[in-house]
Amino acid sequence: MAEKKKAVSVLLNGLINENPTFRLLLGMCPSLAVTTMAKNGLGMGAAATFVLVGSNLVISLIRKIVPDKVRIPAYITVIAGFTTMVQLLLAAFFPELNKQLGIYIPLIVVNCIIFARAEMFAQKNGPLLSVLDGIGMGAGFTLAITIIGSVREILGAGTWMGIPVTVDLFEPAIMFILPPGGFLAMGFLVALFNKLTSRKKKDKNECKTGCGMGCPGCSQAANGGEA
Amino acid sequence: MDSRLYMSSSPHIRSGVTTQRLMLDVIIALIPASFAGVYFFGLRAAVLIAVTVISCVGFEYLMRKVMKRNNTVGDLSAAVTGLLLALNVPPTLPLWMAVVGSFFAIVVVKQLFGGIGQNFVNPALAARAFLIISYGTRMTSWTPPLAKAAEIDAATFATPLGALKEGGQLPNLLDMFLGNIGGSMGETSALALIIGGMYLLIRGVISWHIPVVYIGTAGLLAWILGPNGLFTGEPLFHILAGGLMIGAIFMATDYTTSPMTTRGMVIYAAGCGILTILFRLYTNMPEGVSYAILLMNVAVPLIDRFTKPARFGGKAHV
Repeated sequence: MAEKKKAVSVLLNGLINENPTFRLLLGMCPSLAVTTMAKNGLGMGAAATFVLVGSNLVISLIRKIVPDKVRIPAYITVIAGFTTMVQLLLAAFFPELNKQLGIYIPLIVVNCIIFARAEMFAQKNGPLLSVLDGIGMGAGFTLAITIIGSVREILGAGTWMGIPVTVDLFEPAIMFILPPGGFLAMGFLVALFNKLTSRKKKDKNECKTGCGMGCPGCSQAANGGEA
Repeated sequence: MDSRLYMSSSPHIRSGVTTQRLMLDVIIALIPASFAGVYFFGLRAAVLIAVTVISCVGFEYLMRKVMKRNNTVGDLSAAVTGLLLALNVPPTLPLWMAVVGSFFAIVVVKQLFGGIGQNFVNPALAARAFLIISYGTRMTSWTPPLAKAAEIDAATFATPLGALKEGGQLPNLLDMFLGNIGGSMGETSALALIIGGMYLLIRGVISWHIPVVYIGTAGLLAWILGPNGLFTGEPLFHILAGGLMIGAIFMATDYTTSPMTTRGMVIYAAGCGILTILFRLYTNMPEGVSYAILLMNVAVPLIDRFTKPARFGGKAHV
């Protein structure tokens, strides 16, 4: 029962609590660069998720064989293998998307989300949990960059997934599909995400301290200690 | 007598100048340019000014409320931003775009960075840059001034700098000085802007360094980098054209985003002047004042660090 619970929490971890884009701020490069359209965000997210799940599984399987000193080159080789697979698959079945995402597909190799999960999770956990973590993190990443892509596409081009949605409402502000709009949209969404999920975090902190005095007590204690 | 002995921390000498009074002076100084805008472009210009001022003040009020901070509408800085924004856009700009510009200026550039005194670039200029990137055609479709609309039968009209870039007919210098040319609402009349600038100088709101060095550098460089080889340019044309006057007098001198020392101001203003002329002559944009000032705004913290004066008895930093 406990294991099942842990598996579920690992799976959901990446969606909100440790959302790689909005909470951990990892993988900023693709999150800003390819999110000019919702479709690109979805495609990029799917590609990264595939690599993430595959590399997490393999790394967690080989974690006891690979010597600690050479683990980074070994992990990169694994990740690069999966990235090459994704690139060939995309080129074969979704040539248009492949063209849109361009250089950012090979760059998945150096995507910090994938590497961070390899280091922080797959290296320390079994294959099943690692795969679940990869799915959760990948879903969180996909969700986040699809949202960024949607906001930018709607504001900047007046379409969503290529379908016109705001035909006569307003003239789209082209800036949102240009680089400065990427930073703007990202900043506002991170702020919004943290605003919506901050209450939860606060409660957790209070539980952790367990001194029974709450936060004011702690600050008082700190002040007293310094004085 | 005892009660005259006060213990307080510095500053001990106060001038009685308040932010509100300074901002009021800037508004008074902008009145000639606003009237010139309304005179040359009609009542539509007045409506645009009203919309940007009201929306800027409104966003300032709402944003402070949302962030649960004390309200700063009373210091008039939002009204100044609104007025400057209106003077920096074409008179025909759709009103809702003006509101979007006000939102960007006040909410994104000013309040999210901490409100008055904390904005990293000039809010009105940043909003203008936002609008010009987002709605390029709207922001560059100029109409002829009313006095000329009768003789020229055209809905659009090139600004002097646009004409220079595309090889059109250049207006004469007197028209450019008075403001009888196409352009943003408040930037056309050099005369009105100079009157406002003189008022600010006399009131001591700004010092002469930034406007004079900015305009001087731009004129000098325009003369040196002339179209037919070195030293063949027309400095007066470049000084009177486009947004150089309003930029040098009202935008570059914003306290928050200009250096603190005189030496810093000279470096900053010279940088603005050089960038403005380089943008005008060597890029595909006709005008470069707003980007030049925005870029130098960002460089101000560096300039301030570089020109930090030595304290009494201390060693110079650089």
